[in-house]
Amino acid sequence: MIHKALSLSHTLFSGHEDMQALRDGYGRGLLEAGENENVVVITADLEESTRCHWFSRLYPDRFFDVGVAEQNMAAVAAGMGISGKIPFINSYATFSPGRNWEQIRTLCAYNDSNVKIAGHHAGLLTGPDGATHQSLEDIALMRSMANMRVLVPLDALEAQRATVAAAGVRGPVYIRLQREKTPVITTKDTPFQIGRAYPLWIPKTKRVDVVLIGAGPVLHEALKAARDLEKKKIHSVVINVPSIVPLDTKEILSWVARAGAVVSVEEHSIYGGIGSAISELLSKKNPVPMEFIGVDGQFGQSGTGYELYKQYKLLSSDIIIATQKVIKRKRS
Amino acid sequence: MYISHARIKELYSTANQLRQDVIGMLESAGSGHSAGPLGMADIMSAFYFYILNHDPKDPSYDERDRLILSNGHICPIQYAALARSGYFPLRKLKTLRSFASPLQGHPHRLSLPGIETTSGPLGSGLSQGIGVALSARLDKKKFRTYVVLSDGEHGEGNTWEAIMLAGKYRLNNLTAVIDRNNIQIDGYTEDVLPLEPLRDKYEACGWNVIDVDGHNIEEFIGAVFEAKAVYEKPTVIIAHTIPGKGVDFMEREYVWHGMPPNKKQAREALRQLRKLGGKIKSEEE
Repeated sequence: MIHKALSLSHTLFSGHEDMQALRDGYGRGLLEAGENENVVVITADLEESTRCHWFSRLYPDRFFDVGVAEQNMAAVAAGMGISGKIPFINSYATFSPGRNWEQIRTLCAYNDSNVKIAGHHAGLLTGPDGATHQSLEDIALMRSMANMRVLVPLDALEAQRATVAAAGVRGPVYIRLQREKTPVITTKDTPFQIGRAYPLWIPKTKRVDVVLIGAGPVLHEALKAARDLEKKKIHSVVINVPSIVPLDTKEILSWVARAGAVVSVEEHSIYGGIGSAISELLSKKNPVPMEFIGVDGQFGQSGTGYELYKQYKLLSSDIIIATQKVIKRKRS
Repeated sequence: MYISHARIKELYSTANQLRQDVIGMLESAGSGHSAGPLGMADIMSAFYFYILNHDPKDPSYDERDRLILSNGHICPIQYAALARSGYFPLRKLKTLRSFASPLQGHPHRLSLPGIETTSGPLGSGLSQGIGVALSARLDKKKFRTYVVLSDGEHGEGNTWEAIMLAGKYRLNNLTAVIDRNNIQIDGYTEDVLPLEPLRDKYEACGWNVIDVDGHNIEEFIGAVFEAKAVYEKPTVIIAHTIPGKGVDFMEREYVWHGMPPNKKQAREALRQLRKLGGKIKSEEE
């Protein structure tokens, strides 16, 4: 059942959920964070599509367009971040952190410069643009470096909260964003803290058969799977992990100890992403059977969100199959 | 601008001392770059002992001028200048590149006070300088930002992205200094990836360009003061230097770009430097 304590949206599962894009939530978050006059925003020729244009209209002096030059964007931001500014850099995740990874690693993370990196248009939902613009590797790139927090918001409202939280915490932060409108799952009263995980769906009974865990809009599929599994008397918890680094190990381990089986869900490569982070934790602390929902060693392609989720097996029906498989493994 | 003859002489003598420090440091480290640090000794002497507004007792003092070393591999000369300025004890110089030393193989901001930012991977120092200069402009601060870069790192696309951006924002509080020594690891710059006409390229991107003899301290200081007076654009000083300057078997030899002297070579280098007694001047070549 829906975890009441998190004040989730009452339109969830209604069939007419409020749809908003994460980038819109991010853009609103920039306005909110921008009340601090040290916040500056930089884009590499993608002002409108990365939703910087609301900030740039309100604070033109604190907005910089560096042109199509992602490496320069990261390095300029590094210079600002060591000069008392809180720069947010903006491009598509395939280019930032894809193209400017070394500048982010050395000049932002190693240098401990206060830079916030917004990786837009991540995942398959970039749809028609095709594989060149569908970042399936950014979480792996960012969580492998030291001194980098990695946030993967669930919906537009969480993206807004993550943006404000990123501005408020000292040091480099990566925020993964997506372009398409996706269901709004949280409300303005839903809690968010860097380093915390939240069970969105909890079992009605004391018994827990499986942990469904992940981050980002694709978790809506996990929630639908949890609802359908309950009808089959399979009791699950759906844990939202918007903070991949640092990871809320306590919350995750306590649910895994009860369930003894895990399915990770992400719109990212299953190599190096959220599933990997969970798997690394569990192989040290509590090795249990685990299945991975995500893109398995392939590039994306053009298509609608639904077509791509279907092709790469990210739908709730795929999550149900993986759940049945992992429970079978647990019992054997 | 007037600088007394005695003061200039003193700066040359400091440059010579810095060169000797560098030879000693590289010899004990057993790895590192020789040619670049020796070639930039005169300029570093001018920066740390005349041009920069800085306070070794308070390295993070807010109104200080910033010097960013984009070509971080020549850091031994900067470390020597910092030590001789009083940022840290001279005895630490010999810990260059060793375990737990604040003198990392390439400069790291968090390791050593006086190092403005982390650098070394080529092509990104000018960008960082732009970030610092833009922040200063936003905060209406008067300090100047200097970025020292190598000629070889103009192979990086990131360098040109930065050159164009500084032109766009007309960053008159930013001065770049290019160590134009014509060498890089694989050979002469004009063989590896030709840069000329370098002056025209900068001018096309909206920069004020001044060519100087990088071993003529008076001329270099003059160019820095001229840059301060240019209000409508950033200035680049193309400092023509001799790699390995002061040690005859290292001068102009690109093999010394990424090599330290052995014990025997270090002894000979120090002998030559002491003999010159601080009178290194390009006119006397």
